[in-house]
Amino acid sequence: MKAGKTALILLLLAVIAPVVTGQNLKDLLDETEAEQRLPVEGLWKSTRIINGHSSKQLNRRELDYRISHRFGRINSGPYEFFGLDQSTIHLSMEYGITDRLMVGIGRGSFEKTVDGFLKWSIANQQSGPGAFPFTISMVSSFEINTLRWQNPERDNLFSSRLTYSYQAIAARKFGKFTLQLTPTLVHRNLVHLSGDYNDILALGVGGRYKLTNRIALTGEYYLVNHPRTVLTTQLYNPFSLGFDIETGGHVFQIMLTNSLGMREGTFIGNTNGRWAKGDIHLGFNISRVFTLKKGKGK
Amino acid sequence: MRILFIPLVMLCLALPVSAQERYFTKSGQIVFFSSTSIEDIRAVNDQVTSYLDIKTGELVFSVLIRSFTFDKALMQEHFNENYVESDKYPKATFEGRIIDFAPLDVSKSGTVEVKVSGKLAIHGITREIEVSATLSTYPGKITAKSDFYINPEEFGIRIPQVVRKNIAEKIAVNVLMFYIPFKK
Repeated sequence: MKAGKTALILLLLAVIAPVVTGQNLKDLLDETEAEQRLPVEGLWKSTRIINGHSSKQLNRRELDYRISHRFGRINSGPYEFFGLDQSTIHLSMEYGITDRLMVGIGRGSFEKTVDGFLKWSIANQQSGPGAFPFTISMVSSFEINTLRWQNPERDNLFSSRLTYSYQAIAARKFGKFTLQLTPTLVHRNLVHLSGDYNDILALGVGGRYKLTNRIALTGEYYLVNHPRTVLTTQLYNPFSLGFDIETGGHVFQIMLTNSLGMREGTFIGNTNGRWAKGDIHLGFNISRVFTLKKGKGK
Repeated sequence: MRILFIPLVMLCLALPVSAQERYFTKSGQIVFFSSTSIEDIRAVNDQVTSYLDIKTGELVFSVLIRSFTFDKALMQEHFNENYVESDKYPKATFEGRIIDFAPLDVSKSGTVEVKVSGKLAIHGITREIEVSATLSTYPGKITAKSDFYINPEEFGIRIPQVVRKNIAEKIAVNVLMFYIPFKK
């Protein structure tokens, strides 16, 4: 009887054993898969939030051709067709030298500027164990004002035409929402009005909310330490609201903004429109990205 | 005494046998193609995890969507952001079994054509599929190969009219796995 009992236990064990060792394949699969650390992509649709740089980089051998327009002020009334009769243009060509370094050159009709920049990606936001929480980039740019000198009889130096800006970008994507902080220093070799500052500090705050896979709501504000009033000119902080619409290789950005300038030196240092008064410009950026040569994807 | 001996033998056999009937890989390859007159799109993922039970014919796969790499980085971004929404649905999985499966004899080399049926989950939608596959055994390893088509729209992946002509209606999927014995 005792032997029978032992046998019964062993029999049970023999039946159970394969079940215990024979763990479900699905569970095994879940155990095997170590969570991977991966870069978070798609913080922004484009390399600009609206006027200012976003943390997005062009990938290696990508060429971005950008056309930007800002119409006149909406409050200019029906005679100017609410600003649509006037247009300020900026054109630029931008290129990804590596996945982390991009360059661009451009031309703006506002103050007839020629500009260029370098944007360097320092770190990428990641997901997974030990992930880095932010995407961090640095931007260094210059603008050359090519307007004819207002006082040609004066001793005018080429260096007086130059404006430099330096930006640090820290961005993070929280699901559908992306937030960016952009501390900025703008240095102008020559300011137009006495009493204006040569060096201005600014803190940019930009955000995006993805409404659908291809449409996002964007906003951008720069808190600037420039003097509010220079002689008779009032200066305001640039504020813009817009939509990003993506259609394959194109990104359309449609916005309302109080700035006419489309580069850091001009929109941060020289925004004289006031939202509350209706000094608002309708505008758009069109970005077309071409992949010049096939390379292995990132 | 004999009544005690049988389960004892069974118990001894049960453990080693169950340990050897499982094969796995963490570096399986899945490639997909979309071919149209406008453009060809190809993506490769060589970090696919899969298990194969050679006694029961059970098969499981797990595919990390973000690990697909494309020739063009912009395509890869659009694939993740706009189509498969890999933030929301990071993995594709398959759970199924080989139909009318005869346990594989891994001690000698050979090739068998089989049918596999099961549940394929992509983009949060699970569908029953049945595909043909080839299993080849070599001493100590097994390869599995399967080519089939899937329709992205059946998995709730919307393709807008503007790019409809750039993306094939049916996407060709090539699966290639090199399994080795799983030892825990």
